[in-house]
Amino acid sequence: MTTVENSATRVDNSETPVVLGGTRGGPDVSTVRKDRWWISPVITVSILTSFVVYATWAAFVGKNYYAGSSLHRDLISPFYSPCLTASCVPGSTHSPTISWWTISPALLILIFPLGFRLTCYYYRRAYYRSFWWAPPACSVVDSHKSYSGESRFPLIFQNVHRYFFYFGLIFNVILTYDAILAFSMPGEGGIGVSIGTLILCSNAVLLWLYSLSCHSCRHLCGGQVRSFAKHPWRHKFWKFVTPLNAKHMQFAWISLFVVALSDAYIRLVASGTITDFKIF
Amino acid sequence: MTTLEHHDYDVIIIGAGGAGMRAAIEAKERGLRVALICKSLLGKAHTVMAEGGVAAAMGNVYEEDNWKVHFRDTMRGGKMLNHWRMAQLHAQESPDRVQELEKWGALFDRTKDGKILQRDFGGHRYARLAHVGDRTGLELIRTLQQKAVSLDIDVFMECKVVRLLTGDDGSVTGAVAYWRPTGEFVTFAAKAVVLATGGVGKSWKFTSNSWEGTGDGHAVALWAGAELIDMECVQFHPTGMVWPLSVRGILVTEGVRGDGGVLKNSEGERFMFNYIADMFKAETADSEAEADRWYDDHTAGRRPPELLPRDEVARSINSEVKAGRGSPHGGVFLDIASRRSAEVIRRRLPSMYHQFMELAGVDITQEAMEVGPTCHYIMGGVRVEPDNGATSVPGLFAAGEVSGGMHGSNRLGGNSLSDLLVFGRRAGMGAADFAEGRAGDVPKLEESLIRHYIDEALEPFTRDEGENPYDLQHDLQEMMQTNVGIIRTGPELDEALEKLEVLKERVNNISVKGGRAYNPGWNLATDLPAMLTVSTCVALGARERKESRGGQTREDFPKADPELGKINFVSRQPAGGGFNEEIKISPEPLPEMPDELKALLEEAPK
Amino acid sequence: MSDVVMHVWRGDSNGGDFEEYTLPAQEGEVVLDVIHRIQATEAPDLACRWNCKAGKCGSCSAEINGKPRLLCMTRMDQLPEGEPVTVTPMRAFPIIRDLVSDVSYNYEMARKVPAFLPPPRPEDGYRMSQIDVERGQEFRKCIECFMCQNVCHVIRDHEENKGKFAGPRLFIRYAELEMHPLDTNDRRDLVRDKAGLGMCNITKCCTEVCPEHIKITDNAIIPLKERVVDADFDPVAWLGRKILRRTKRTPQEASVQPE
Repeated sequence: MTTVENSATRVDNSETPVVLGGTRGGPDVSTVRKDRWWISPVITVSILTSFVVYATWAAFVGKNYYAGSSLHRDLISPFYSPCLTASCVPGSTHSPTISWWTISPALLILIFPLGFRLTCYYYRRAYYRSFWWAPPACSVVDSHKSYSGESRFPLIFQNVHRYFFYFGLIFNVILTYDAILAFSMPGEGGIGVSIGTLILCSNAVLLWLYSLSCHSCRHLCGGQVRSFAKHPWRHKFWKFVTPLNAKHMQFAWISLFVVALSDAYIRLVASGTITDFKIF
Repeated sequence: MTTLEHHDYDVIIIGAGGAGMRAAIEAKERGLRVALICKSLLGKAHTVMAEGGVAAAMGNVYEEDNWKVHFRDTMRGGKMLNHWRMAQLHAQESPDRVQELEKWGALFDRTKDGKILQRDFGGHRYARLAHVGDRTGLELIRTLQQKAVSLDIDVFMECKVVRLLTGDDGSVTGAVAYWRPTGEFVTFAAKAVVLATGGVGKSWKFTSNSWEGTGDGHAVALWAGAELIDMECVQFHPTGMVWPLSVRGILVTEGVRGDGGVLKNSEGERFMFNYIADMFKAETADSEAEADRWYDDHTAGRRPPELLPRDEVARSINSEVKAGRGSPHGGVFLDIASRRSAEVIRRRLPSMYHQFMELAGVDITQEAMEVGPTCHYIMGGVRVEPDNGATSVPGLFAAGEVSGGMHGSNRLGGNSLSDLLVFGRRAGMGAADFAEGRAGDVPKLEESLIRHYIDEALEPFTRDEGENPYDLQHDLQEMMQTNVGIIRTGPELDEALEKLEVLKERVNNISVKGGRAYNPGWNLATDLPAMLTVSTCVALGARERKESRGGQTREDFPKADPELGKINFVSRQPAGGGFNEEIKISPEPLPEMPDELKALLEEAPK
Repeated sequence: MSDVVMHVWRGDSNGGDFEEYTLPAQEGEVVLDVIHRIQATEAPDLACRWNCKAGKCGSCSAEINGKPRLLCMTRMDQLPEGEPVTVTPMRAFPIIRDLVSDVSYNYEMARKVPAFLPPPRPEDGYRMSQIDVERGQEFRKCIECFMCQNVCHVIRDHEENKGKFAGPRLFIRYAELEMHPLDTNDRRDLVRDKAGLGMCNITKCCTEVCPEHIKITDNAIIPLKERVVDADFDPVAWLGRKILRRTKRTPQEASVQPE
């Protein structure tokens, strides 16, 4: 029965009195779905777990992340760029170095790309669903006892996403610079294009696409204005990133894969397992 | 005897479509106690199905447009059977009503300079329909709903009114209703009642109307002593879906034609050129080339014949199908795919694209649609005072589709949404005035009458064996479709009236199973008396009006009779009647139009 | 054609169970047609809410094979052939009877949204540009089927959150108002404090089930979250406000109705 009673005040800001409870319809089972809804969380868990395991190992190992002039290349793994510590192998660093950091240089900087992805609206969806099971799939029960979402500590910190986005942009500039350096072939004709060059270039492009398609970026570009007509430039930016934003999920996955691939490839080259094939 | 749930109000409004909500807003803003009672959830009313737009001569696209042209179009479209005063008020006030919606948050499509964009529609001389893609009705209802919610109007959802109550002096005192979720009865005492219950289309087999269109308001008004006029004028919308069978009748907006869609028969011919009536010859294109020029520039050619008033187009489609030139599923082809780009179609007609894709598996950007006439709207209805919506029963008001007179014998597309707004507001004002002027507190209700009406509604439960309400509804729809459909003949109408008598007997023998809580079988059983009453009025009117005019087409009288064009057919019952009581019908002259308005009609089109 | 087997939930607040109905299949039917055939024959009292039967009113929301769908827009031939079709009422709301649930929660939440607050109307009417109205129009496509509310685990699986969570349907309403070129209100604190925006963990089920294909999460909820960040979590924006002496409205101010 749905009467809406007259109330004295026009807007009532109190919590709605929950007269809304009552027996739910349908059977008391976790889901009535019979399709294979669990496939998607299983795939997400497998890929993300493999990535985390690989990335942790690669970040801690602290070697074979740079293929330098001894191999006639200038290729640095995105996990280690920018390389900022005194322990960075010669040629891999382009700035003053920090001497007190003695463990792997990757661990100094990885917090930023990691934070960017961890607070990303798409990855949030992915891991809340597949790791947290809140919910594992649509209309499948989220069986946590209580739920407060992102309204309290610690998840309220998801709101800092835009700052990671800003840092991400700095990283994109650096990794783009790395991609340009990847054209240099010291002792092999000066410049050229190798498989490594292509990989680092696609890595940089995909990271730009991933960043520009970010929801915070879309908001900051123009989404936050009330009237596009009054802000024509903001509207232009917004219109440019909006179609990218629609593909944010795809960019998130592909760029993740390519980052790992870049690291693995350079690792194989740097360790001498394979030779980076020069195309021209 | 258990005590009944009871409510006192100054004004109750029955029906929460566009007209009902607009009336409620008006009365509530006067500071009165207002209740809005609706059979469905709030915001689900049939108004959401209106697609094309709301007609208002704002002149945003063609500066030449003004209320006088709109008035003329409306009267001509209605074949002069309209109440002139209603058509005048409607044309004059609709621009204000549209702009008012905008103040309440509606987001209409815009012109380049930021004004409300207007689109072309059948029978309208200029692009006049303010619209939101092809879901204007939804925009209208949501805007009014949100306004009503912000005013804190009491809403009784899923609550069906079965009867109006009247006092000894014949004035309305309240209503008896039941909650659909529980089946419990509830009474309302009110100083004034506004009927805004919409239409009657559910009595036909192929209809664009939802289950709610059972003519409840027409019927309870008649039973309470109000008059119904011109009930024979039923509009068959020319373009409803015809396939798959399960969606037959669902509306395909006239906006498809306004935006460039054309009608073709199985031979690929744009057949509408063969059906231009003399009345419209002067302003309708006579070649495809001329018609095509018109879409881009209305001064470069005359209107395409696809945009003739709905009655003309519906009859033409009917003739093509009868002549064996129909589409595979008994309609004709409506083709926009070959005339507009896929992108334009998807932007201008998103819900049509969606509807055909999902329901028929047809991509309208690639293929033609199959369409045919479907029962859509009743022009006839409760006779009201144009200025305040008052009926002949003191305290009873009506607005929207349930009221009659505004549209004459045929309604132009887009005029219904503006009708709702203009006359919804006026009925709200009328009811508020009446309530404020009515002495004392809310009227007392007569207990014994309430009990009688409740027993009447519960009767189907008392029979162990009897008719299935669904079978009865099915038989009624089949009969109305066959005998009182788009083309009518005297003998078929006589037969219809006989069959209606049989159906009435069967309704008296309905039996329903189960409990009262949300029992659709019982709900239908309580709708059937109203459906029979309005069907009888339609059949009676159709038999009496021995001419063809707008929504009334008689095969045996194929021409309009100028004498009958000055006549309303009025149905009546003594107060306290019911579906078993006899309905009397009598011809009465239309109100005389003032000379200055007559002059507007004479003016040659510019 | 062969037969269709329907497993339909029958029951009320005292409990219920599936009832099996077998009917001959018919071409081009949607699930609602089959339900209507069941009503017209075997079970006249089978409760089911519906109105327009064209996907425009949003009345016939239910769950088909466990997924929220409109009964009128789900064609039988899209469902796995040869398997029984399960039809249950929306799970997040109290049951009334059979396939009908009590959706009052949504109407209660709608009452809390502060109305549109435009400036006074200029002489020649309001002006808005098409690019601005299009943003809001996407959200105004909403037919209020409440399937996004139904599928949202915040209330579907946590009854206790119902009092403090507006749900996706109302988030698009807040978004529409916040993006309305003429609105003068600021509801950001309100949407955070009272509408429970922070509880949404953007798992996007609302977007998945929306029959109008409104991008609820990407175009409404996330933009709202970002606007809340502008208001409450962004030190740079805070500093900017201090310097430019701009204020935002408190929830109390924002909730004042026009006129």
